[in-house]
Amino acid sequence: MVRIIGFFIGLGFVGVLLLSLIVNGVDSIKNPPPATAEEEFHLGAKDVRFASDGAFGRFDREQVQRGFQIYKEVCSACHSLKYVSFYQLKDLGYNEAEVKAIANQWAIEVPTVNPETGEPSTRKALISDRFPSPYANETAARAANNNALPPDLSLITESREGGAHYVYSLLTGYRNQQGYRNAKGQELLKEFPDVKTPAGLHFNPYFANLNIAMPPPLTSDGQVTFADGTKSTVDQMAKDVSAFLVWTAEPTLENRHRAGWVTMLFLLTATVLAYLAYRNLWANAKREVSVRGPLEPAFRERMNEQKAERGIAG
Amino acid sequence: MSFAWAKPYEPTSPFMKWVDERLPVPRLVYGAIGGGYPVPRNLNYFWNFGVLAGLALMIQIITGIVLAMHYYSYAGGAFDSVERIMRDVPAGWVLRYVHQNGASFFFAIIYIHIFRGLFYGSYKAPREMVWMLGVTIYLLMMATAFMGYVLPWGQMSYWGAQVITGFFSAIPVVGEPLRIFLLGGYAPDQAALTRFFSLHYLLPFIIAAVTILKIWALHIPGSSNPTGVDVKDEKDTLPFHPFYTAKDGFGIGVALLIFSIFIFFLPYSLGHPDNYIEANPLVTPAHIVPEWYFWPFYAILRSFTVDFILPAKLWGVLAMFSAVLVLFFLTWLDRSPVRSSSYRPVYKIFFWVLVADIIVLGYVGQAHITPLNVALGQVASAYYFLHFLIILPLVSKFERPLPLPNSISESVLHGEKQESAPFGLATTGSTTAAPAAAE
Repeated sequence: MVRIIGFFIGLGFVGVLLLSLIVNGVDSIKNPPPATAEEEFHLGAKDVRFASDGAFGRFDREQVQRGFQIYKEVCSACHSLKYVSFYQLKDLGYNEAEVKAIANQWAIEVPTVNPETGEPSTRKALISDRFPSPYANETAARAANNNALPPDLSLITESREGGAHYVYSLLTGYRNQQGYRNAKGQELLKEFPDVKTPAGLHFNPYFANLNIAMPPPLTSDGQVTFADGTKSTVDQMAKDVSAFLVWTAEPTLENRHRAGWVTMLFLLTATVLAYLAYRNLWANAKREVSVRGPLEPAFRERMNEQKAERGIAG
Repeated sequence: MSFAWAKPYEPTSPFMKWVDERLPVPRLVYGAIGGGYPVPRNLNYFWNFGVLAGLALMIQIITGIVLAMHYYSYAGGAFDSVERIMRDVPAGWVLRYVHQNGASFFFAIIYIHIFRGLFYGSYKAPREMVWMLGVTIYLLMMATAFMGYVLPWGQMSYWGAQVITGFFSAIPVVGEPLRIFLLGGYAPDQAALTRFFSLHYLLPFIIAAVTILKIWALHIPGSSNPTGVDVKDEKDTLPFHPFYTAKDGFGIGVALLIFSIFIFFLPYSLGHPDNYIEANPLVTPAHIVPEWYFWPFYAILRSFTVDFILPAKLWGVLAMFSAVLVLFFLTWLDRSPVRSSSYRPVYKIFFWVLVADIIVLGYVGQAHITPLNVALGQVASAYYFLHFLIILPLVSKFERPLPLPNSISESVLHGEKQESAPFGLATTGSTTAAPAAAE
């Protein structure tokens, strides 16, 4: 009975699936889905190496500090960093006094309540504060940015496909749309004349829909003067700020790698010992030979009994 | 417990004797996972996965209880509380990565365990109840995993909840009111998050309870084995402890090593980047995908695209649930008395085709919707049902199995009877000599 009912249920599902297959097949042959500009012109993240990549990855502290400087001087004008606190900068190699100074001199103040009047007010940041947001709320952020919302950057490298590689590619990926060709040599505006970037947006083939609201943030070499004397090319700045954003997304990354190796070493030792214990036990179980005849324990027992009966010692 | 020669518990210390006489828990443990449970001696490494599944459940429960101490099930703060766990709670990141990747670890183990059962016919008499309790655990796991995925309240959490609860609205007439009742609103929000958290905390304990029933049911006939031949006498078995505890110790080591690679070096590889964006009911992600362990079912759901008598969505939902529920009926669909596929030349081929088919379904489940992927998904979904509901009953009727070995010990020891002594007899004069030897 189960098999008969099952057979018909099976036929039902298979039939409807085949019907779906035919209907979709005919439909997609009659009206093949048009190629889209995104499919043809969107680029995957560039191949670039960060010190934090790989199982042995560590932050390059000088690079991350430079990246922080770029966040401070460029990105923080529009982007918040709401999950990171000033005191965490100590992890990057700044000392207590430096971190205090950074917090105290931060351009944006922290919202508070005036203790005398109860009116909303602002105060200078303390090291225990999270990085303050440049805008009071989402509406203010959109109003200031042509209705686009600058995303919070704390988790940006985790929340985008490609992570830091994507951020680097995006920052260095602004192109002039006029005459832009993809790797196949197709010219974007000839193939898709109606995808011309609207006013207020900027063409960037690394962005999912090719047009991003953010104007190119890193525009010229020397835009930021690095304290350590590194030459601040656009490429260098993009790399450094991406490295910084890896840190903001996961400040515990180094702990993770370190703890990982210790754990692996411990488990490997334990597993080798467990394997040897297992083989040792089983070697006996497999090789055991059945004892027949005079050595059979039951036989020996009987023999001993008989010996005892007859009074034979030993 | 299961066999006549299973050794009864004999307390070695006066204390254990005292306890055992008043509360026979030591006796229970000894009979369940100690020397008192005889296990076929020919198990291969695929039999490690039952213990591994228990380990994964324990890992999830322990890390989950600690995570719940730091998590708020508040729609405005759930995402922040997860970030707080990752950044500010001491070792919070380890707990969270273990729990998050632990779900994948658990499902990976369960899938190998299920396919082990399919290959070696573990669902056949007398182990039907064991199998059905296992499918029940699998269903409970799916519900638990889904609700757990909603808790971080990221974009995929939110839209996943939207899609999954949307299944109920496919039911005619009562569907939409039912969906609103289950969610506590028109869309996932505070009410849904709180009840999902509550249920996500409850279900693992129900899984643990069903697991106890499953082990109980398993110990009646005893474990199956790769030949599928019943245990005949003592020389076919070895006591669970120390033989299989030692083997499981090694298996646990290997499994944890692989798990650790994911926790410490690839913690994001199994997740979706969109879930690191806080839930936003106004922005739909470009591409909503579930976690990898649901991909095959998601592919089946999406493969129904025509309204034929019933709406396409209802077909999809029915088929998706049927795809799991069909496992309950395997015992009656497959009537072949031979358990192990090693002796079933035709079924063995179809088994591997099914494995390939499910991998294709998994690929389609996460792929972008293109005409080719949709067609692939439809063919693969059709084959899935064809396999269980049509091919399996027919194969089991017409197949001619290969000759089976006479006994487990014969198959292990290649007929060298002189080597197949029962455990404990070999060390001559040992006190644990089996009474069987006297015959």
